[in-house]
Amino acid sequence: MQVAHDNGIEIPNLCYHPDLPVKANCRVCVVEIVDRKNLATACSTPVAAGLEIKTDSERVKRSRNLNLELIFAEHIKRCPTCIWRFNCQLLEYAEKYKIEITHFSDRKSKRKVYKFANAVEIDGRQCIDCRHCLDVCNDVQKINYLKLTGKGIDQEIVPASEHRGLPFIGKKAKPADCIYCGQCALHCPAGAAQEQSHWHLVEKALRDKSPLPPFVKGGKVLVAQFAPSIRVSIGEEFGAPYGKIMSGQVVAALKKLGFNYVFDVNFGADITTIVEAEELVARVKSGIPPDKGGQRGVLPMLTSCCPAWIKYIEFYRPDLMPNLTTARSPQSHSAGLIKTYWAEKMKINQKNILTVSIVPCTAKKFEAGRAELKIRGNWPIDYCLTTRELAWLIKKHGIDFFKLKPAASDNPLGESSGAAAIYGATGGVMESALRTAEYLLATARDTVCLEENKKNKMSLKAGHGRVEFKQARGLAGVKEAVVELAGKKLRIAVVNGIGQIQPVFDKLNNYDYIEVMACPGGCIGGGGQPIPTTKEIIKKRLEALYKIDAGASVRRAHENKEALRALRWLKGKGKLRAQVLYTKYRKKS
Amino acid sequence: MSDILSKIKKANLVGRGGAGFFVAEKWLSVAKALESKSADNKKCFVVCNAAEGEPGVMKDGCILEHYAARVIDGIKIAIDFLSAERAFLYLNYAYHKKLNKKLASLIKDAKIEIFVKPINSGYIGGEESAILNAIEGKRIEPRLRPPFPTTSGLWGRPTLINNVETFYNVSLVAAGQFKNTRFYTISGDCPFEGVFELPDNLTVEKILKQTDNFPKFPFFIQVGGNVSGEVFNAKQLKRPASGAGAITVYSQAKNDFKKVVKNWLNFYVNESCGQCAPCREGIYRLRDVFMKEKIDWRLFNDLLDNLSDASFCALGAAAAVPIKSLIKNVYHEKN
Repeated sequence: MQVAHDNGIEIPNLCYHPDLPVKANCRVCVVEIVDRKNLATACSTPVAAGLEIKTDSERVKRSRNLNLELIFAEHIKRCPTCIWRFNCQLLEYAEKYKIEITHFSDRKSKRKVYKFANAVEIDGRQCIDCRHCLDVCNDVQKINYLKLTGKGIDQEIVPASEHRGLPFIGKKAKPADCIYCGQCALHCPAGAAQEQSHWHLVEKALRDKSPLPPFVKGGKVLVAQFAPSIRVSIGEEFGAPYGKIMSGQVVAALKKLGFNYVFDVNFGADITTIVEAEELVARVKSGIPPDKGGQRGVLPMLTSCCPAWIKYIEFYRPDLMPNLTTARSPQSHSAGLIKTYWAEKMKINQKNILTVSIVPCTAKKFEAGRAELKIRGNWPIDYCLTTRELAWLIKKHGIDFFKLKPAASDNPLGESSGAAAIYGATGGVMESALRTAEYLLATARDTVCLEENKKNKMSLKAGHGRVEFKQARGLAGVKEAVVELAGKKLRIAVVNGIGQIQPVFDKLNNYDYIEVMACPGGCIGGGGQPIPTTKEIIKKRLEALYKIDAGASVRRAHENKEALRALRWLKGKGKLRAQVLYTKYRKKS
Repeated sequence: MSDILSKIKKANLVGRGGAGFFVAEKWLSVAKALESKSADNKKCFVVCNAAEGEPGVMKDGCILEHYAARVIDGIKIAIDFLSAERAFLYLNYAYHKKLNKKLASLIKDAKIEIFVKPINSGYIGGEESAILNAIEGKRIEPRLRPPFPTTSGLWGRPTLINNVETFYNVSLVAAGQFKNTRFYTISGDCPFEGVFELPDNLTVEKILKQTDNFPKFPFFIQVGGNVSGEVFNAKQLKRPASGAGAITVYSQAKNDFKKVVKNWLNFYVNESCGQCAPCREGIYRLRDVFMKEKIDWRLFNDLLDNLSDASFCALGAAAAVPIKSLIKNVYHEKN
């Protein structure tokens, strides 16, 4: 199949994914090999010299079309509201091969829909039994939450708790729980594993938007914010080459959809970097043994931006909760500031602001609903939409994405550094935090300098050290290094995908600071990103993020003046400051 | 070439599991796979398939009951030939219940482990690569080929899988006592059901006559098992009973077309492992189409062709055989 593809011959397929083992179960890629008795599947047949292969003979067509029809009958059609509609391979093949999609009656219309928190769902009524979700959940992510139960026509993908054990040999599975990473959704060719969609709620909010101007009493202000990695992936949904930077188009599209204000979560990422770097420095500094007069800070410190990683810790390793940084995630930081700092500035009651966060992630939906993130009793984020959901809304509303005039995100929460841009990449959070931590250690400060009059001095001093920490970059499963920050040696590790975590757990005490992203590649390969997402595509998206960083005029979070201004506003606001910047974790069982 | 291999080759031993592969060729391909590995990586395994999951085949049980020592001897010969790590006797649940003690006493301290076929593994649990999954504790269903078990079987190691009767024959060949006989299972609408040891080149007609089972009523037969065997009419009996050597006699009066096909389809709907679309979905739809008052023969035939042409494993392809041959050889007017 790969060879055919490389030579411009497209062979249809549903159960083939370049990052996963070949399963050859859909039988849609059948081809005829001359002198062989049966048809062969292109995905599982190695090429050999002298093979004469027919990819479109009558025999091939009959078998391929029949298999497509059989598979269609496993999949109920809810196309009008399915966000997968514009990308659906099933519909594409139906049209291409003139297939009658209702040749057979729906077989699975009574199957269950399993919902995992408010984040991900597996709709048994749409499943075509390709088993990609099993592969990613069990073998890539090593969460072992999804199981295959029953056999033949009764086989079904179920959560571990529903697994009846057949036809496995009496092995009892360890308790497992979903971490909402959404990799199942990212690899599903049929939209059976999907994010739990919230686009219709956002659409309703946009439709019902009060006709009153937002600043008149009772008017609702609709605010959107978009995460670092959306801008380099969403273009793919509209046919742009992989890794095309589309920040301006994203803002314009959100405005066109009816949002009053559009902010960039990169701003929040700079806040996160500052808070996290300060905490890292504090933990490292207090890492002096008690007999030497210090207090041992809990090390290694673990990053906390990834909500799937948080869920993992809370469920599987609650003993490590004290190691997690108490910093909130970028989307929570920026949304929190929108509803407090910006609200005050604009004289809008925070209850009249509705924030929608556009994220590459399914677990962020879960994060947005965490009670401990409430500020003054209100949720900072009202709805989370994935990259796919936003693309769907844009298409559904007939907006021509490429024809939009690029727009800049609104200020003051629109400014950001290059360090924020790379948050979408594995190792990006680590690298950003190191940039600021180095500044803190070199200037012997505990916190970044917020005062207006010292601003210039600070920028001068910011010249300390390097900008790029290349040890944190790349797609290796675990990246380890010892970095020296102003004479202080820091042992770091970056875990690229939760499935790679075990070796790091095995020698936890060898590290001071560990970044973990549940999805391979980081947010750029997140569960809410465009489909397909493959290693090759991830590489292109990563390159684009590092390009944004390299081209940014400000590359360190603590040089983002607007971020410093917001932090200054929070200073002395005791409880509110804590609510906006920090969080806590709860053991889950 | 080793002594035993040349003996097997000379005797022209053919595998008795059903596929009829040359035994010497299979042994040689495992040996070759081992040759290509480095000295510290020469682990390999032997599996004796005693699953006997095909309805209408009972000969392996019979052999184990009467000639277990020979079978164990055959396995040991294979272990020696390959310097195998160990062997697994993958044993049908019912046979295990009946013969466990006897087999254990014969095995003694040989490197042979009895692995009982999981009771819920069903028909597919006898497919050779599904057996590998069963022993490894994985979901019991066929594996993708290539790689073949001979090069990458149990835990990725070269693995020799042969049937009970094949190991029995190996033992006889080694002792110079192989007499070109085989074990035929005869069942169905006939007076003397059972397992018969007869020359391996007899025609079906002769086998039925020699065992006094030749019917005096209109009939058809199925060769190779009750569900996957090929169907022939009374004029087509001058052929050997190939495959697993089973002959099932059907009285035409008792077995009308609809009943026989329905039984097969029900069986396959229940026993399909569910991996591939042509088998999982195709057989389910075949039954649907077939149970309708007016059968859409064109679709029915397309589904059958797809089953034999595009299934993942040989069992899927085999599912089309009895229906196709029944229509062709017995009820050709139906189509």
